Amino acid sequence: MIRMEQVSKRLGGRVVLDGVELKIEPGETFFIVGTSGAGKSVMLKHMIRLLTPDSGRVWIGEDCISEARGWRLEQIRARFGVLFQSGALLAWLSAGDNVGLPLRQRTNDSDADIDRLAAAKLALVGLADAFDKLPAELSGGMRKRVGLARAIITQPEIVLYDEPTSGLDPVTARTIDALIDSLRQSLGITSVVVTHDLHSALAIGTRIAMLDGGQIVAVGTPAEFVRSTNAKVQQFLEAQFITKHGNWEKAVAT
Amino acid sequence: MYAPGVNYFGSRTIITREPEYFAPPVNTYARLGRAVLLLLRNTGRALRMLGEAVANVHYMLSRQNRADLRQQMFVGGIKSLGVITVVALFTGMILALQTGLELRRFGQEVNIGTAVTVVLLREMGPFMTGLIIAASVGSAIAAQMGTMVISEEIAALEIMSINPVRFLVMPRLVALTLMMPFLTIYTDAVGIFGGAIVGSTQLNVSFTAYFDNCTRFAENKDLYVGLFKAMVFGVIIVTVACHQGFGAAEGAVGVGRATRRTVIISFLIILMMGYFITRLFYK
Repeated sequence: MIRMEQVSKRLGGRVVLDGVELKIEPGETFFIVGTSGAGKSVMLKHMIRLLTPDSGRVWIGEDCISEARGWRLEQIRARFGVLFQSGALLAWLSAGDNVGLPLRQRTNDSDADIDRLAAAKLALVGLADAFDKLPAELSGGMRKRVGLARAIITQPEIVLYDEPTSGLDPVTARTIDALIDSLRQSLGITSVVVTHDLHSALAIGTRIAMLDGGQIVAVGTPAEFVRSTNAKVQQFLEAQFITKHGNWEKAVAT
Repeated sequence: MYAPGVNYFGSRTIITREPEYFAPPVNTYARLGRAVLLLLRNTGRALRMLGEAVANVHYMLSRQNRADLRQQMFVGGIKSLGVITVVALFTGMILALQTGLELRRFGQEVNIGTAVTVVLLREMGPFMTGLIIAASVGSAIAAQMGTMVISEEIAALEIMSINPVRFLVMPRLVALTLMMPFLTIYTDAVGIFGGAIVGSTQLNVSFTAYFDNCTRFAENKDLYVGLFKAMVFGVIIVTVACHQGFGAAEGAVGVGRATRRTVIISFLIILMMGYFITRLFYK
């Protein structure tokens, strides 16, 4: 579904990605973890072509998004939904109008149909009552959930999440996890999640990749990831009090 | 069904750009050369954005843009009336006082109506309106666009295949281009009235005599050229504000920088364009 071939990127003279090779299969919930500044968000932005690699290619299915332009790029991007870190909601539109925005702008569907669908998506993310509220009236977690509803209203094949649980309390974070997981199970959506939160990754990820120094130093299923002998991975796990014999397997099972 | 490109017109400007990093210039010539090249490049980008907004004008009454157009006309027009009233009134009063004091030396103070009217219609009306709108509406547009860039809202629009130029720039362009002539007529009217107050209270020129003189030497051409200038100024303000806002980087500092540049650049272009339009119509 998503393939990165020897992707390298320098920003401000610093190597952020250094020959990254990655393949994400359809229907996966793929987590990219790493320390701050490791290049996780930069990697995500390459997948949607908000950044272009200095060298290497990024493929979405059979389409090379890193070389697509204009109309072709728009067609490839239409296969994506993106949840930005801040939610990226338009401040002057209500939650319902934000969710319905892509359909209102790009289709000829009636306003009533769009409102109905937007309300259904808001209900899906547990915000049925928030249709008429402005983003300023919503908490950080609610804004992220509205952003998620907007990301999936166009029925994308792939949803990218940039730090979906950062800054949220643990309960809300687990709610977001459950939503991401339910999208995979019910709609078969391929998800790519950038996060620091290993608890999320171990609970709902099908595979996890660790980015360090511009390269992927470890990739595997949650079980493989936890048992990795890579020093950086072990350091990252220990920092979040996760051990090889911890209760993360229970979390996966549930 | 959702599909990219529905209702889409022409090629499209990419607003979300990669961050730029420049090595420090080796000497003054390199610094100057880079500044010139960046000026040319940014002018080209701004004009391309303007061209695309113009190419999308036929969507201004579409379902997607109608509400925003109405809102922008309200913000750009009605909400600016307060400050315009004060500035226009005092501009007219100053004009009447300055010209009146000089004309009184020759016993011609009765002609201040003509002087105030011609100066306002030809130059000061559109010019003052342009400056006020650049400072109030232009800076607000730049701040809004800049904040949207910083908070990734513009990137989100582009990923949703929503063209930011059509969605954000075009309604503001149409709104301000339409509202500027009306605001200028209002500025002219209030300014002329301000002149009448000064004439009546300080120069012993009655209202009747003042208004009789108002239209004596003023021509329709003065009004039309002034309104044309106002429309051009509206285009300049929106183009500069959106372009500067879209170029904002580095968080709140970048938004502040975009806002400041919008006001300065708009003032300079309005000043220069005002001269060239005058030169074009009055030889």
